[in-house]
Amino acid sequence: MSFQPVRFYQTGTYTVGNRLLDEAQRTVQATVARANSLTSGHRACQGCGEALGARYAMDAAMHASDRQMVVVNATGCLEVFSTPYPETSWQVPWMHSLFGNAPAVATGVAAALRVKGRRNVRVIAQGGDGGTTDIGFGCLSGMFERNDDVLYICYDNQAYMNTGVQRSSATPAAARTATTPAKGPAPGNEFGQGKFLPEIAMAHRIPYVATASVADLRDLEAKVEEATHLRGARYIHVLVPCPLGWGAASSDTIRLARLATESGLFPIFEARFGEVSEARPIRRLVPVNEFLRLQKRFAHLFEPTIDTERIAVIQAQADRNIKRYALLP
Amino acid sequence: MDKPFAITLDPGSSLANHTGSWRTARPSYVDHLPPCNQGCPTGENIQGWLYHAESGQYEAAWRVLVQDNPMPAVTGRVCYHPCEGACNRARLDSAVSIHAVERFLGDEAIKQNWQFARPPAMSGKRVLVVGAGPSGLSAAYHLARLGHAVEVREAGPMAGGMMRFGIPKYRLPRDVLDAEIRRIEQLGVTIRLNTKVEHLLKARDEGGFDAAFVAVGAHVSKRAWVPAGEAARIMDALSVLRSVELGEKPLLGRRVLVYGGGNTAIDVARTARRLGAEEAVIIYRRTRDRMPAHDSEVQEALDEGVMFRWLSTIKIGADAGAHEQFTIEKMALDENGFPQPTGEFEQIEADSLVLALGQDVDLSLLDDVPGLQLTDGMVSVDSNMMTACPGIFAGGDMVPAERTVTVALGHGKKAARHIDSWLRGVSPAVAEKHPVATFERLNTWYYTDAPRSVQQELERVRRESTFDEVVSGLNADTALFEARRCLSCGNCFECDNCYGVCPDNAVIKLGPGKRFKINLDYCKGCGLCAAECPCGAIEMVPETI
Repeated sequence: MSFQPVRFYQTGTYTVGNRLLDEAQRTVQATVARANSLTSGHRACQGCGEALGARYAMDAAMHASDRQMVVVNATGCLEVFSTPYPETSWQVPWMHSLFGNAPAVATGVAAALRVKGRRNVRVIAQGGDGGTTDIGFGCLSGMFERNDDVLYICYDNQAYMNTGVQRSSATPAAARTATTPAKGPAPGNEFGQGKFLPEIAMAHRIPYVATASVADLRDLEAKVEEATHLRGARYIHVLVPCPLGWGAASSDTIRLARLATESGLFPIFEARFGEVSEARPIRRLVPVNEFLRLQKRFAHLFEPTIDTERIAVIQAQADRNIKRYALLP
Repeated sequence: MDKPFAITLDPGSSLANHTGSWRTARPSYVDHLPPCNQGCPTGENIQGWLYHAESGQYEAAWRVLVQDNPMPAVTGRVCYHPCEGACNRARLDSAVSIHAVERFLGDEAIKQNWQFARPPAMSGKRVLVVGAGPSGLSAAYHLARLGHAVEVREAGPMAGGMMRFGIPKYRLPRDVLDAEIRRIEQLGVTIRLNTKVEHLLKARDEGGFDAAFVAVGAHVSKRAWVPAGEAARIMDALSVLRSVELGEKPLLGRRVLVYGGGNTAIDVARTARRLGAEEAVIIYRRTRDRMPAHDSEVQEALDEGVMFRWLSTIKIGADAGAHEQFTIEKMALDENGFPQPTGEFEQIEADSLVLALGQDVDLSLLDDVPGLQLTDGMVSVDSNMMTACPGIFAGGDMVPAERTVTVALGHGKKAARHIDSWLRGVSPAVAEKHPVATFERLNTWYYTDAPRSVQQELERVRRESTFDEVVSGLNADTALFEARRCLSCGNCFECDNCYGVCPDNAVIKLGPGKRFKINLDYCKGCGLCAAECPCGAIEMVPETI
C-alpha cells in the first residue's frame, strides 16, 4: 500500500478526512485549501466518475508540485464537458490540441520547459480510455519509449461515452455499448484477449506505472503525489465508473469502483521499471455478480435467464487478477 | 479587441453555469436517533457523549452524559446496557462497550472531582422526594438542576436504596456509590436519613412543599408457601443482602439453596459463596434461557462455581434441625412454556434456604392520599409519572415497570421534568422524535475493523473469598479506543466524505464542529454524498418540480 494506514481512528484512512486525524494525515480533498482544479459548473453528468477522478488527481498533483504544473488534455468527455467555448472549469494551466496527440504535445511542453530551465514545473497529460488506449496509443507508446518527463493519467470509463457510448479497446467483455448491442448468440462486447494498458506500459519498463480508482482516495492521492515527484515517463490508470454508459444509478459511482476492485476485476497495484512492487489487497472479497448486476450494460447476463457460462468466464478473469497480483494475501 | 485569431468572446469560468437547475432531488443533512439512545431507559444521548469521548474530551463527554443520568459510575457497572443490545456495530463485529466507556467517564469524574453545573436561577418552589434510591436521587438531581429546592427523606440509615441494599459490593463498590450520591448533595440537595415518611400528604403540607415525588421502592419480600418452613432456616434474599451490607454475617451454612430465577437470586448465591458456603445451588422452575436474570450474571455465577438446578421447585421443608432436608419437585415445560409439576420428587440436603421470589411495595405512607389507583399492588401513574392525585408523582420499583437501576433513574428524570412543568403551570415540552438510524442506512465500508476491548475480570479464587469488584474498568487508552468504535449512527461526525466525493464541488465545509452545507447552485443531485456517508446522516429529498 502506498500510504501508511491509520488504525482505530473510527474510520481509519477509509474516509476522506475525519476530525480525529491530524491535519497532516488527512487527504488533500479534505482540506478547504484544495485547488479545486476542476471547479463547479462543469457539464459532466450527475455522479460522473471521471470529473471526480480528475479533480482528485489534479488537486493531488497541484499539492505535490506546489501548484507548478501544466496539463495537456486529450479530446474526450473530460475535455468536452469542462471547456465549452468560452467557458472553462479548469483552475490549472491547461491546454488541449487533438484527440490522439496529448502524449506528444506533453512531450513538447516538457522539452520547452527544459529548454527554459524550468525544471520545477511538472507536465501532466490526461485523457479518457479512448484517447489513451486507442487513438493516442502510438503517441503514448513513443512517450514511454523515449522516457519523456511526463506523467500521463488515463481516466478509464471503458467506452467512448461523450459520443454516445461506443466500444473502445478498454470495454470489458460482454458489455453492451452502442456498437456492441446485446443481441444475437453472443450479446455485448466479445470475449477477446483484452487490452490492459497498465501492463503494456509496464512492458516499456518506465519508472512508474500504477492503477487506482475513485473508490480509494488515499491510494490515488499517494500515487499521484509520488508520480508527480518522479522524473521520466510515468503512467497512472484510474478506473472511473460512468453512470450513463454503464447504465447505473448516479449515486452508485463509487460503489461500482469499489466492487470492481473488491471483486478482483480491476486490480490496484504499483509497478516500478516494469516490475510489480505493491498491490492493494482486497478487503471484502465479492463475486463479480455484485459488480455486474448493478449495471444495465450487463443486464443481458441476468435477464431473461442468468448466463452462468459467461459470468463464470468473467469470474475467471477476476480470479486470474487475484492470483497474478496476489490480491488476497 | 486584442483577441487571437477567430476568438470573439472573453474567456469565462464555468461558475457562471448553475448546474443546480438539473437537480431532481437535493441532499439534506439529518440527525437520526441512534439505536443506543433509543434503547437507553434513562434517555441518555449516548452517541452525543461518545462523540466528545472520541476526541479525548472526557469532561465535555461527562457533562453531556449527566444531562440525563447523574450516576454514570454506578450505571456503567450495574446497568444491563440495553444500548449495547441495540448497537448497530454488533452486526459489523461486536457492539461498542458503551457501559465500559460510561464507567470510565464516571470514574474519571470522581477522580477529577468534576461537579454539576448549578442552576442559573432558583424557582422558589420546594419539592419533597421520598426515598433515596436511584429514582429518588435522580428526581432530586434533575429538580435541583431546574432550580427547585429539594429535600429527600430516607427511612434507612444510608442513601442509595437497592443500589446499596440489593446490589452486592463486588458489583458496585461503595466508595463509587458514595461519591456519586455526595455529588448530588453538593448540588444543594438535602438528604435526611433515618426519616421515615408515615403520611405523605401530612409530610408535604407540614413541610410546605409544592409537590412530592414518591419512590420508596419494593422491599417486602414475597414468600412461597413452603410447609414447615417457618421453623427451618429459611430466609429472604433481601434481608441476607441487607445484613451483609450492614456488616453482619448471616449464618447460611456450608450448603445454601436459593429459590428464584431473578438477578437477586444470583446476587444471593454469589454472596453466599463469598461468605464461605461451599455450595450455592439456585433452584429455578424453568430453564436458563427463560431465566429473568441477565445472562452475563448467570455466566459470572457459573464461573464462580454457583450451581443451578433447572426445572425444579422446592416442595416441602423437612424437620427443623441442624441439617435440613428439602424436597424438590421436577418440572416440565408445557407447550406454552409454563412449568408444570411432574410428580417426581428428590431429596436435597442443605443448611439453609434463601427465597428470592421478588418483592412487594409497602404502600402504607400513601394511606392519606385520596383517589390513588393501584395495579397489582403497585401505584399507577400516567405518562407524566403523576399519580391520580395531582402534584403527587411516583416512580422506581413502586410503579409497574422493569425493576432496574437504569429504569429508576429514567423515572426520576422524567418525573422531574413533569414536576417542573406542573409547578410552572406549563405543558411539558415534548421533543420531536427523530427516525431511528438503522443499520441499513450505514455505509459500513468506511469503518475500520476493530473488535471490542475486553474488561479484565478478577481471578476466580479471589471471587470466592472476597467482595472485591469482579469486573475492572478500562484504562484511558482502551476507553478512547472503545469510544472511537462508535459508528455515530445517523449523526454527522465530520469525516469529510461528502465534501470529498462530490464530483461538482458543491459541498461546503464549514469548519470544525460546524459540519457541512450544500451549495445548491451547483449540486446536480447525483446522491453520491448520501450513498457514501458512512453514518447515514444525509438524505435525498425530492425537489418539487
